[in-house]
Amino acid sequence: MVGRDRQVGGGIRRRVVVAAAAAMTAAAALGVLPVSAGNAVAQEARQGGTLSIILQPEPVTLTPSTNMAQPTQVVAGNIFDGLVSYDFDLKPKPALADRWEVAPDGLTITFHLRSGVKWHDGKPFSAADVKWSLENIWKTIHPRNKSLFENVTQVDTPDDATVILRLSKPSLPILSVLNGVGAPILPKHLYEGTDILNNPYNNKPVGTGPFIFKEWKRGEYVELARNPDYWEAGKPHLDRLLFRIIPDAAARAAAIEKGEIQYAPYNPVPFRDAERLAKLPRLKVDTRGYEWLSPLLYLDFNVENQYLKDVRVRRAIAHAIDRAALAKIVWFGYAKPAISPVPSSLVTFHNTKLPQYGFDVKKAEALLDEAGFKRDANGVRFTLTHDFLPYGDDYRRTGEFLKQALKRVGIEVTIRSQDSAAFIKRVYVDRDFDFAISYNNAFPDPQIGVVRAFWSGWLGTGTPWTNGSGYRNARADALIQDAGIEGDPARRVAQFNEFQDIVLGDVPSLPLLELNFFSVYSADLQGIVEQGDQVYSSLKNARFVQTPKGN
Amino acid sequence: MLTYLRRSAAQVAFVLLGIALINFFLLHLAPGDAAQVLAGESGAATPEYMEALRRQFGLDQPLYVQFLRYLGNLVTFDLGYSFRQSLPVSELILQRLPATLLLMGTSIGFALVAGCSLGFLAARRAGKLTDTVISVVALLFYATPVFWVGIMLIVVFSVMLDWLPVGGMTSVEANLSGLALVGDVALHLILPAVTLGLFYLAIYARLMRVAMLEVYGQDFVRTARAKGVRPRRIAWRHVLRNALLPIVTTLGVQLGSILGGAVLVETVFSWPGLGRLAFAALFQRDLNLLLGILFCSSVVVVLVNIAVDLVYTLLDPRIELD
Repeated sequence: MVGRDRQVGGGIRRRVVVAAAAAMTAAAALGVLPVSAGNAVAQEARQGGTLSIILQPEPVTLTPSTNMAQPTQVVAGNIFDGLVSYDFDLKPKPALADRWEVAPDGLTITFHLRSGVKWHDGKPFSAADVKWSLENIWKTIHPRNKSLFENVTQVDTPDDATVILRLSKPSLPILSVLNGVGAPILPKHLYEGTDILNNPYNNKPVGTGPFIFKEWKRGEYVELARNPDYWEAGKPHLDRLLFRIIPDAAARAAAIEKGEIQYAPYNPVPFRDAERLAKLPRLKVDTRGYEWLSPLLYLDFNVENQYLKDVRVRRAIAHAIDRAALAKIVWFGYAKPAISPVPSSLVTFHNTKLPQYGFDVKKAEALLDEAGFKRDANGVRFTLTHDFLPYGDDYRRTGEFLKQALKRVGIEVTIRSQDSAAFIKRVYVDRDFDFAISYNNAFPDPQIGVVRAFWSGWLGTGTPWTNGSGYRNARADALIQDAGIEGDPARRVAQFNEFQDIVLGDVPSLPLLELNFFSVYSADLQGIVEQGDQVYSSLKNARFVQTPKGN
Repeated sequence: MLTYLRRSAAQVAFVLLGIALINFFLLHLAPGDAAQVLAGESGAATPEYMEALRRQFGLDQPLYVQFLRYLGNLVTFDLGYSFRQSLPVSELILQRLPATLLLMGTSIGFALVAGCSLGFLAARRAGKLTDTVISVVALLFYATPVFWVGIMLIVVFSVMLDWLPVGGMTSVEANLSGLALVGDVALHLILPAVTLGLFYLAIYARLMRVAMLEVYGQDFVRTARAKGVRPRRIAWRHVLRNALLPIVTTLGVQLGSILGGAVLVETVFSWPGLGRLAFAALFQRDLNLLLGILFCSSVVVVLVNIAVDLVYTLLDPRIELD
């Protein structure tokens, strides 16, 4: 065991503490020391060790420059630092940027960078890297940031530690995406002049973060090692992160239960298993750390459908769905009813005073009668086809719940399933659907994740997760555009309040639930959830109280 | 023999061309393309980003151009590039092939030896208790879904008894090498190989039993019995050898189809094999990779068929190839 532990740290400077901990570990493992919760020595958090983490599905690439998929970000958050990271209230806190200032007119943002930071290959990190990344990635090929950084006209770097963004119009949402995966800073010296999409470093990333990429064995694991030169002294605590790819949900539950895996983010097991695992004393189930994402489950109505083009029908459907029951029955309480397209975790922007579609079957029936769709001899008013997001059972069962709910008010629903490529083509390209469930992450500012579902500028482009309903409203469009370039935070809040009022009234897309993703981790771990963007951030604070199995 | 092989080679080339053609156009019938899948997984996209992806993947070209390019690659033994995984297809396949071959080889070996022995035993004790027990057990294994068997084995042997690992191919966290690594892989291999093997074991046991009983009823066996040859010798020398022909046929068919079974087992046991790779490639519309895997498995099927023909002639000298 001691030998193994040394091997793990091979090539890394090790301190006496670590060796002592390893020796103690070995003793414990051999049964010399009792491994019990009451053991005072064992309660001391230890340095070192390998943390095994579930990664599912296998990522496409390990660099977050163009791919925003969950597995890529979960790994990359440990390799790449951002200018800032986000606390539980989604306020930025210093990371690579020590401090920053926004000019009163909102047209200049200045970042002061931390000094002495090095890339994993030993080259110094500087303002030039930030400037290059902004100009060549955030402003051009980044799928989400392109519109946010549109108004940045010039980036000045008066010295190696200062970056000044000059904007043609204020762009406040910028400050909400500056963490390691939201606005990734790539090493200019490895990317400049290359084809960014095909750069080989995309799959063997070089960052400034607390963990260094070591190996990606496809189909098996991604391995990261401790960065001995990390800028935050004494961190990270762990020697190694091992992201293991386990495609089957039941096998994931077994690996977690057995202790082979000690950290499993992003709903790694079905809700029923989560309930069971949460009762085990060795494990914790935690829904914190996803605040920066703020996922929202919604129902997109195709507003060109012969029935759904009538707003009364859409409102009737909204009244027919008992969202509290949906959260409780289908989502096992890992969700709460949504009252606005802007989730409540976006405290500043969430409008709590909107008129609501309460669960009311009678009202739903009255609205449908009023719209002229009477029940026929079989009690059926009309039939719709429902497409659910093909991301697993939870979405399928949500579809089944909707089918039952709508049957009560005389709407017959046929459920159609397909894989994600077919779903995306059907809803966003061909628009060959009646109504579909999907989810979006809202992110800390509605400009980033919410308005894309309502802005008519997306129509006809066939872009996934944009305006699927086919909604067009000139006032809503104007509000979206104005809020994007408004420099006064208070006025932006007013604009978004009006926006929420309009789109919830027109209800082209019905917010169903605010989802609570959960992580499962070993009770032996400390410091695993420390901030609002934790799941996409680093595990530099994580450490074991006791030795994990297999170490 | 030589003429047979020469004729086979010509047929193989023709068949493989046909397979490439069918695979290519069949897969392009599926709605959605790789750029949409990638953008979908990203949770966000811009039209410019999607266009860049399509250009990168070559999806902006007309279909016939894509097909000609694909054929051109195949002729030069180049399976193309997986843009999604940013690696050449041949490299990805070679990375995953050993794991699948190991799993397939072990499970088929286990199924063949255990299944044939059980079938042999059942046939010799036809109508007795042994026969009934073996038949019932075989029926049970045959009827139980493979993934369920896998999960139950994990629950019992990994979680409850803690004897064997839950999944994967090695204990990565332990950094093993040499003999220790071989032992570790063997430990990881037991559950998936047994899971995949049990289904085939059932088939072989039932097939062996029926084939043996059929041969037992034939004239030459009666003659041998009349001559006073001992039952044990009759079973081994006269019956078994003749009963092996249908087994070889089935084995040939199964070697070709096992990739399908491997998808489930590899998924349940996180085994880093080709089946899982193919499955993922399908859902991700990574067509270059999927075409490559399908093409390679077609080659395997064709080669196995030739091998089966050759084994026939060894088992039964009356069979001629030409």
